[in-house]
Amino acid sequence: MTTTSVQKPSARTSKPVTLSSKRPRRKGSILLTVLTALMAAYSLFPLAWLLINSTKTQDGLFSSFGLWFDDGKFALFSNIADTFTYNDGIYLRWLGNTALYVLVGAGGATFLALLAGYGLAKFDFVGKKAVFAIVIGAVAVPPTALAVPTFLMFSKMGLTNTPWAVIIPSLISPFGLYLMWTFAAQAVPTEMLEAARVDGAGEFRTLFKLAVPLLMPGLITTLLFTMVATMNNYFLPLIMLKNPDWYPLTVGLNSWNAQAATAGGEAVFNLVITGSLITVVLLLAAFLSLQRYWQSGLAAGSVKE
Amino acid sequence: MAVPQVAAPPPATRRVRRSHQGWKFVGPFMIVFALVFLAPIAYSIYLSLYRNRLIGGNAFVGLDNYTQALQDSQFWSGVGRVGLFLVVQVPIMLFLALLVALALDSGRLYGKSFFRVSIFLPYAVPAVVAALMWGFIYGSQFGLVGSINDALGISLPDPLKPSLILASIGNITTWQFVGYNMLIFFSALQVVPKSLYESAAIDGAGQLRIIRSIKLPAIRGALVIATIFSIIGSFQLFNEPAILRNLAPNAITTYFTPNFYAYSLTFSGQQINYSAAVAVIMAVITMIVAYVVQLRGTKDL
Repeated sequence: MTTTSVQKPSARTSKPVTLSSKRPRRKGSILLTVLTALMAAYSLFPLAWLLINSTKTQDGLFSSFGLWFDDGKFALFSNIADTFTYNDGIYLRWLGNTALYVLVGAGGATFLALLAGYGLAKFDFVGKKAVFAIVIGAVAVPPTALAVPTFLMFSKMGLTNTPWAVIIPSLISPFGLYLMWTFAAQAVPTEMLEAARVDGAGEFRTLFKLAVPLLMPGLITTLLFTMVATMNNYFLPLIMLKNPDWYPLTVGLNSWNAQAATAGGEAVFNLVITGSLITVVLLLAAFLSLQRYWQSGLAAGSVKE
Repeated sequence: MAVPQVAAPPPATRRVRRSHQGWKFVGPFMIVFALVFLAPIAYSIYLSLYRNRLIGGNAFVGLDNYTQALQDSQFWSGVGRVGLFLVVQVPIMLFLALLVALALDSGRLYGKSFFRVSIFLPYAVPAVVAALMWGFIYGSQFGLVGSINDALGISLPDPLKPSLILASIGNITTWQFVGYNMLIFFSALQVVPKSLYESAAIDGAGQLRIIRSIKLPAIRGALVIATIFSIIGSFQLFNEPAILRNLAPNAITTYFTPNFYAYSLTFSGQQINYSAAVAVIMAVITMIVAYVVQLRGTKDL
């Protein structure tokens, strides 16, 4: 904040802010907007590619230009219909499996993180320091390094090839615990809990009636991040599940993609693309409709020091 | 261990009486945690000390698997590959994320919320779908690269050839995570008191100077945590190579990344014990690197 060695303002920087008590509204910069627009174009272009190519038939994919529609053929609706009916409607089954894993896995992870985060923030108990040390230490262990031993352990316990093999490991989110902990410490006044205790309310009743409403933004943020983590999970279901009936969408879509390479396998790239599009649209709808919550939640909880 | 600096909880205003009440809340988490974190770690350490021999069955071999892994050139080529990936891809991705976050925070952008949302969108796309999509785009058959070659009569370098495949994978992960890191940086910038900028500007500091002297130090915690997450992510690289392998079987070997190597050893090679040793070594390397970054990143705070 000294005046020495001040960098010469470049084209992107504004002139010094004028003296005024209100924060002055600075002029928009065309150059900065164009540069950011390039980044946005990079982010959106594969999604545009996906959307355009989901309107093509399997043959059209090969015969038409990648970034434009196939003349005269608009196969989006038949692709969607085929996606849902191919192989006796296995896609719908995968969609249901994904919903099951996400709801039970991410929902359970959020619930456990809520309980534990609240417990850590609002109670003092023997072994609390050890809990903190163990959980923080475990964050650095790559989950995929755990997946193979977990598989071997689960196969001894007879859990592989069942939904439990995917759900149980999804129930723990150290990041979710950290979020809920920070939120509970900030958003729930200890005085309020003490008042509830004086009134004779049980501990769990206090949590669900008084604390949970205050923790809503944190809960939704945690839920969204655990949902993305569960949806994204490919390695775990890939090794845990052999029966396609239990596949989530990620493993299922890749199995459709890979089947073209197998002997006698039918190439269904149009269905892979349409199936991917449906997956993306569902996720984006969830994200955009809840954006008010996760954006404020992220700002308030995850990164504030 | 990796993130104590930013993970330290804000102190509660007043502690409730010291009791076992807290365990009622923390207990369920810790039970599942023990089952899916602690038990597999213990089990893989146990497995890594044994070896299944044709004669004599399962025998304790001490650290033999570890010495074998440390001399295994396939393992080290995988480590080298993710190391290179980390050194190149992580800085590019974080730098781009930081630029966008600073641009959003500058208040000089038209259509700010459109940019914020659209750059974040790829994070919501599952890694498998992202890899499938980019794999199609890279492809020379109906991919975009093929289309451009046909349309313009040129021949672009094949993104799936062995010398380019790592860069192509780096592009996929950059695409996916720029927005996520951007949002972390942007959220951190939002809580910096705006009055700091004003007084700096009054003192005659230009924008670059404000960025360097106020904004970057203020979001240092977020920078460190994003770096650590990205490092852990790089060491775990699996999805993208596993999916692109369908398209580029020659460019992606079974030991392309250490994680892929551990997977191949278990499921194709039936070398469970050796695979466990590889996983343990990778976990230790990841923890050391994450720890060093954390120490360096928070040294003079």
